[in-house]
Amino acid sequence: MITARALFKRYPQGIEALKDVSFEIGAGEMVFITGHSGAGKTTLFRLLAAIERPTSGSLLINGKNIGALSASAIPYLRRKFGLIFQDQKLLFDRNALDNVLLPLKIAGLSVQEALRRARAALDKVGLLDREKASLLTLSGGEQQRLAIARAVVNRPTILLADEPTTNLDQDSAAEILGIFRAFHQVGVTLIIATHDPRWIARLSPRILRLDRGSLQDSAECFNPRP
Amino acid sequence: MKAFLAQHRMALDDAKQKLLASPLSAVLSLIMIGTALALPVAGLLVLDNLRSLAGGTPQVQQISLFMTASADSEAAGEIEARLRAARPGNWRFVSRDEALERLKLVEGVSEILESLPKNPLPDAFVVEPADIRPEAVENLAQVFSSWPNIAHVQLDSDWVRRLDVFLRIGKLALFMLAGLFGGALVIITFNTIRLQILAQASEIEVARLVGATNAFIRRPFQYFGLLQGFLGGLFASLLIFSGSWLLSEPLDDLVALYGAVWNFHGLNFQTIAGMAAIGAFLGWFGAFLSVTVHLKKMG
Ligand SMILES: Nc1ncnc2c1ncn2[C@@H]1O[C@H](COP(=O)(O)OP(=O)(O)O)[C@@H](O)[C@H]1O
Ligand SMILES: [Mg+2]
Repeated sequence: MITARALFKRYPQGIEALKDVSFEIGAGEMVFITGHSGAGKTTLFRLLAAIERPTSGSLLINGKNIGALSASAIPYLRRKFGLIFQDQKLLFDRNALDNVLLPLKIAGLSVQEALRRARAALDKVGLLDREKASLLTLSGGEQQRLAIARAVVNRPTILLADEPTTNLDQDSAAEILGIFRAFHQVGVTLIIATHDPRWIARLSPRILRLDRGSLQDSAECFNPRP
Repeated sequence: MKAFLAQHRMALDDAKQKLLASPLSAVLSLIMIGTALALPVAGLLVLDNLRSLAGGTPQVQQISLFMTASADSEAAGEIEARLRAARPGNWRFVSRDEALERLKLVEGVSEILESLPKNPLPDAFVVEPADIRPEAVENLAQVFSSWPNIAHVQLDSDWVRRLDVFLRIGKLALFMLAGLFGGALVIITFNTIRLQILAQASEIEVARLVGATNAFIRRPFQYFGLLQGFLGGLFASLLIFSGSWLLSEPLDDLVALYGAVWNFHGLNFQTIAGMAAIGAFLGWFGAFLSVTVHLKKMG
C-alpha cells in the first residue's frame, strides 16, 4: 500500500537527505525506520506526510503519487494519516481535550460526535481523566500519549511517528510501545522513525535502516523475536 | 450541506471569541472604523440637507425680466405673448407705474422719487419657473435675455446656483474622503489580522498538519473582518445619529430665522444598512488580503 521508488530528497542548501530509497510497506505492517542522527529518518517522515516533496522518484500511497499531489488535495490526504511529530506540535494554550478535538473540527464532525470520539481516543491512551488538564501539567510521557490520541482520533489506517520515545524514561516508553502494539493488533499500519535501541530490542518485525540517506540491506538488521 | 453550515458557524463563533478575547482593542478598532465610516456619510448627509434647504426656501427661484426704458406697451405685449407660448411657469407683469407705487411705500425713498421729473423704472416681468433645477433656471434666463427689448435678466437664485456648485464640489470631496477612509478601514483590518495570524502561527501550523484546508484556516479571520466592519458600520450610525440629534434643534431654529420650511433629515434605515454592509465588505476585504499575504508567507 506504500511504495517508494528511487526516492531522492535534496534540500535547497544542497544536502542530499535521501538517496535512491526504494521500499514497499504492506497494509497492517509495523515498520521501523532507524539510523543515526542525520540519516534522513525525519526527511522520509516528512515526505510520507506530504510536508515535503521528493526531489525525484515516486512515493505511492494506495496507488496515489503523493509527491505529485496538488496543494489542495494534501489536507484530505493528511486526514487519513495519524501523524506523531518529533516535537509533538501540541497546542499549549488549550487543554488536552481541545487538542484532540482539533482534527475532528477540521474534518467537520458534529460537536457531539467529535466529543464522543475525542474522549474515546483519550481513553485509549489513558488520559480520559485529564481531559481538562492544561498541557503544562502533563508529564513528557502524558504529552506524548496526548499526541498519539490526537493522531488516532480520526481513525487513520496509517500511523506515522517520528522519534516517539526519544526523551522519555523507560516506563513511559514502554507505555507508548504498548499503545502502538494495540493499534498494530487492530490492523493499523505503523511506520515509526527512531534511533532508540530500546524499540528494536522489544519488538521489531521489520526495519528499514537509513545510513546517510541511503537504505541499507534491512535483512542484516532483522532482529527475530526472542 | 449541514456540515458546510456547521463549519461556517464554527468560524463565526471563533471570530466572535476573537473579538471578545481582547475587548479593548476591539473597542478601539470599532471607534476607528466607526469614525472612518461616519465622517464621509455625515458630510453627505449635511450636503443632502443643504440641498433640500435650498429647494425649500420660499421664492428663491425668480427671474426678473427688465425691459428697456424705451420699450412701449406693444413691446411688453410681445414679451407677454412669448411667455404665454413658452410656459415657463407662473409669471406676472409689473408695470413701471406699479413698481413706482411700491417703491414709494419704502420709507425715505418716496421724497427722492417725488423730486424726479419722470419715472425711472422700466416695465418688468417676474417669472417663477416651474422647473426650479438650477440648470433649468439658468437656461430660461439665457432664453429670456435673447428676447427683444429686454435690457436685463436678473436671476434671483444666483446664490442657489452657487450653492449647487458648492454642493457638487463638496460631494466630490466627500467621495474622495470616503475612498480614503475606506482604504484606511481596509488597512486597519489588514493589520489587526496580521497580528492575529502572528499570534496564532503555531495553531495555524498544527491545524495544517492535521488536515486543515486553506479555507478552514482563512474562514475565522475573514469572519472576524466582516463582523468587525459590520459592527463598525453600526457604530458609525450611532455616531451620526447622536450628532444629528444634538444638532437638529439649533439647526431648525436657525433655518426658521430665514423663513425656510425645512425638516432636518437624519439617518434612514437604508443608510444604516448601507454603512453596515460597506463596513462588513471592507472589513472582509482587508482580512482577505491579510490572510492571503500572510498565509503565503508562512508557506
Ligand atoms: N529543512 C532542512 N533543510 C536543510 N537540510 C535539512 C533539513 N532537514 C534536514 N536536513 C538535513 O538532512 C539530513 C537528514 O536529516 P533528518 O532527516 O532530520 O535526519 P534524522 O531525522 O535521521 O536525524 C541532515 O543532514 C540534515 O542536516
Ligand atoms: Mg529526526
